[in-house]
Amino acid sequence: MGDVIATNQSILVIGGGISGITAAIEAAECGKQVILIEKEPAIGGRISQLYKYFPKMCHPTCGLEINLRRIKANKNIRVMTLTEVTDVAGKAGDYTVTVKVAPRYVNDNCTACGECNKAVTGEFDDAFHLGMKKRKGAYLPYAMAYPQRYVIDPAIIGSDDASKAKAACKFNAVDLEMKAQSVTLKAGAIIWATGWKPYDAEKIQPYGYKRYPNVVTNMELERMMDPFGPTGGKILRPSDGQEARNIAFIQCAGSRDKNHLKHCSRICCMASLKQTTYLREKYGDEGKATVYYIDIRAIDRIDDFYQKVQADPNVSFVKSKVANITQNKENSNVILNGVNTEGYQRYSNEHDLVVLATGMEPSIPANAFPMKITINENGFIEQDEANGAIFAAGCSADALDVNRAVQSATASALRAIQVVNRVAGMEG
Amino acid sequence: MAADKKIGAYICKGCGLGERLDTKQLASVAQKDAKANVVREHDFLCSEDGIKLIQNDIDKEGVNHVAICACSRRAKTDAFTFENVAVSRGNLREGVIWVRPDTDEAQETTQEMADDYVRMAVSEVKFLTLPGGNPEAKTERSLLVVGGGISGMTAAVEAAKAGYQVHIVEKTAALGGNGAKLHKRVPDHAPFAAPADTGVEALIKAIQGNKKITVHLNSTLTKTDGAPGKFAVDITTESGKTDTKVFGAIIQASGFTPYDANKLPELGYGKSKNVVTQLELEQLARDAKGGAIKRPGDGKEVKSVAFVQCAGQRSEQEGHLPYCSGHCCTTAIKQAMYFKDSNPAIDTNVIYSDLRTPGNGGEDFYRSGQDKGVTFTKGKVSAVEDSGGDLRVKFKDLILNEDTEELADLVVLATGMVANSGVDIENMVKLDGKDAAADAAATQVQKDKSVLNLTYRQGPDLPHLKHGFNDSHFICFPYETRRTGIYTTGPVRRPMDIAQAIEDATGAALKAIQAIENAGLGRAAHPRSGDLSFPSFRREGCTQCKRCTVECPFGAIDEDEQRYPVFNESRCRRCGTCMGACPVRVISFENYSMDSVGQQLKNVDMPDEFSEKPRILVLACENDAYPALDMAGMTRLEYSPFARIIPVRCLGSVNLAWITDALNSGYDGIMLMGCQKGENYQCHFVKGSEMAHYRMSKVDDTLKSLSLEPERVETHEIAITDIHRVPELINKMAETIGRIGMSPFKF
Repeated sequence: MGDVIATNQSILVIGGGISGITAAIEAAECGKQVILIEKEPAIGGRISQLYKYFPKMCHPTCGLEINLRRIKANKNIRVMTLTEVTDVAGKAGDYTVTVKVAPRYVNDNCTACGECNKAVTGEFDDAFHLGMKKRKGAYLPYAMAYPQRYVIDPAIIGSDDASKAKAACKFNAVDLEMKAQSVTLKAGAIIWATGWKPYDAEKIQPYGYKRYPNVVTNMELERMMDPFGPTGGKILRPSDGQEARNIAFIQCAGSRDKNHLKHCSRICCMASLKQTTYLREKYGDEGKATVYYIDIRAIDRIDDFYQKVQADPNVSFVKSKVANITQNKENSNVILNGVNTEGYQRYSNEHDLVVLATGMEPSIPANAFPMKITINENGFIEQDEANGAIFAAGCSADALDVNRAVQSATASALRAIQVVNRVAGMEG
Repeated sequence: MAADKKIGAYICKGCGLGERLDTKQLASVAQKDAKANVVREHDFLCSEDGIKLIQNDIDKEGVNHVAICACSRRAKTDAFTFENVAVSRGNLREGVIWVRPDTDEAQETTQEMADDYVRMAVSEVKFLTLPGGNPEAKTERSLLVVGGGISGMTAAVEAAKAGYQVHIVEKTAALGGNGAKLHKRVPDHAPFAAPADTGVEALIKAIQGNKKITVHLNSTLTKTDGAPGKFAVDITTESGKTDTKVFGAIIQASGFTPYDANKLPELGYGKSKNVVTQLELEQLARDAKGGAIKRPGDGKEVKSVAFVQCAGQRSEQEGHLPYCSGHCCTTAIKQAMYFKDSNPAIDTNVIYSDLRTPGNGGEDFYRSGQDKGVTFTKGKVSAVEDSGGDLRVKFKDLILNEDTEELADLVVLATGMVANSGVDIENMVKLDGKDAAADAAATQVQKDKSVLNLTYRQGPDLPHLKHGFNDSHFICFPYETRRTGIYTTGPVRRPMDIAQAIEDATGAALKAIQAIENAGLGRAAHPRSGDLSFPSFRREGCTQCKRCTVECPFGAIDEDEQRYPVFNESRCRRCGTCMGACPVRVISFENYSMDSVGQQLKNVDMPDEFSEKPRILVLACENDAYPALDMAGMTRLEYSPFARIIPVRCLGSVNLAWITDALNSGYDGIMLMGCQKGENYQCHFVKGSEMAHYRMSKVDDTLKSLSLEPERVETHEIAITDIHRVPELINKMAETIGRIGMSPFKF
């Protein structure tokens, strides 16, 4: 990683998830100067929270490792974490971007030895584990976090824990006086790759998320599968900590619904199909999955994954938009009520756990975007001449799976390069 | 070892190393055993002061080879990078003190572990040369696009916008491809409500008016030779005129062929003219010129139309396509709108099994279809029969759970896309060598079928993956093909619609530009991006056995007239599979060689047979197994102090000679840790792990000849998340050795 000087020939990438990382690396490996900013203390984004990828059932951190190695080896990329955009001014080929860098309270001296973590005692919800696990006030965001540097939670500043962390560090890496900074960067083009957030399941009132303990989201299930996650890699019912073996998946939880997200989030069908295989991985023939769906959208070449799951006798499919969920008071089982539209049968099915396949909501401040830009009703940035040299990548542009997000990011990197090459007079 | 090498060994005392280890002893090992020229300890080596210490030795003492004995090679990479200096890393933190208990009993073996990693780091760096880059690296800064459809045209226009010269080779007489056959396209902008202009004419116009783009119509590639930066391509016109041009990179946008609907007689195709494919309906819509669409059988205005989705697709039936073509659902909605927009009274029924309109806008378009009165029926069509010119569509209504039928004036079949991916090089016709005429004919058939006609030893086209598509197989790196500098885009890669093809082609253009730039600088492409090394071989030792040329996962190596390997540096991805394959140890890289690994394993201290201190050699893939081992350390999981771990670029680079050497020098156990192989391979060099497993299947002979137990050598597939499993496997090997006893080969 280098110390890139921002000029109007550099490319600013906003968001350090798979799309932003890809856009940054692909542009840098073309020889361009890139600044990658991320609001969290480490890059990686949503993919770092996933257990496996469909359809290969491989691990996201495997590709992340390659990408991190590419970043470490490339002098054309500068990564800024804990950084958010506050203002964008200027025009294509000449932007001035103001960013706010929040204090990490840990400087470059940090060796990630972990002594500060040992010294502190207070615990907080761990956002990486979606609040399902606690972490201390001095922490490494996750095992593969890059930069590999600890973070001091602002919540412990001024407390005993803060002084303990400082005292524990032999390398003078803890700096409790660190302040938020405002930094101005120049850029010729901007790649907007701020990704997505899971749709807030609490808003789907009939499904009882947060009211019934055994209603969880698909992202929460991903965390449960992590051997270092909140349940040590087991699928446990929040109500009693027992292993859930009979699991329902509700598709389009918040998607394809005018009351919620009116678009289809694309990934959730494949995500649930993938998650049914987690049951087989954990329990062999003892697990049972039921997928309640409207259409199974295992698009194009990966339809064979759906065919494989369909062939599994322990996975069944019910074409139905589940009407509501109730709870069996005796055992906290969830009861799904609705009508199977294939043959119009009413059902009232009891399961150990229900997983809501919550949709993708683009993380774009639709009403507070720092620049005039075309954002459609679904919340995605549209390609538009009027956007100047601000190019959306990944889930800022569309609801995409990883493969397509990477394509999109690679495409946006070229669009940015076209602009900076024009600035440099290279296109002539 | 060249005389001008000056080796500095730096031992860090930070992060508990100073407390847990006798660093004076480590320094002495570096100096006396490993023969480092300069040896220094530092309390906090990655600090500004520590780095200054090293830099000072580089500047003033002439140190040009540095062994950092501190943390893992994955940590503190920014700090431990020095200009023009070869660096090795001895992993004392994640690899020693973090995997060993801090107890008195453990102290001795922990120290021995650290001593060995110091020896290994110093002996490795002795055999590293900073890659000087390929002096022959050069690049032609223009690129070739094969195929003039929407994908190809988009790639060309986008690359030209970035300043590059582009040539498009199109085998037909016009640009446009299948896209030009469309009446309209599915919209890609809000409000996603109505069919939109295809954009094909605008693209053609943009190309015709662009000085950077040259178009070769009625032309194909009859020969593609060379490598990234210098592909020499024969472009031959229909009349036989051939022009040879040089390109830096190639984009293959050879598109798709519509599935042959004649294979679907049960759906009435070929029996009734009023059964058409989606693509044929586009022509009917164009012919209608905005007026009423007429059916082909009798020219009657269509008043009712049934769309049969997944026709011959998503089906296990022989001759059908097993996959979904991705675009047909939205295409059917668009086509139903052709009718509804001209006359809302026309009945349009889409009979589908899963309606697939994903992502931004897809659902809006579906809703718009519903608003316009298009009917959607979840059902499975079993037959389409001619009923006096009209058509009887028989299907099972999956909602009402009953067999039913309807009459329609016209039936539109959603048939799929078949990739134009050329010759399947893994299943090529074998020439029998007896019948010269038959062989020549077979060769010609193959030549005509090939898209690229590569002169590569491994075959004329890119390897096919699933279902005949040239997709990359990787999720994280979808553009990475197995032929460096050649990128596929559009439906040749996987089925896709226009919006996706445009996005895909723009990305492919970037990759091609990147390949051009990398080739010019002699840099490797993904995943070892930027690596300036390349394989070289000792010609006099080579036995022309061809293993390297056969096993290279990227088809980088050809053979010259005398059957010696020709490495084609800019095609190389630096995995080292050739080095692993070579039975006579003549292939090496400047920064990775038989010696840089071999000397590490030889310089491990080997206690005698009666010491109860076995040695386990672990050769671990640097991308998955090694990080997993690191993270085991970060999690403070313990493993046997008898393991000595050496990261390798890929298991494919592991040469059996290392195994033999290790067994001969007294290792009690050897473990190879690579990535998943097979259909869902995770090996970043595609075939490396598979090759290693294959080679290791033959190691039993070596073991037998040494009278050693087969349990002493194990090969594992390891994922990066196997953080608990890797220490367990090592400990199990230590137990196995406890059971079967020490190796007698200690000298």
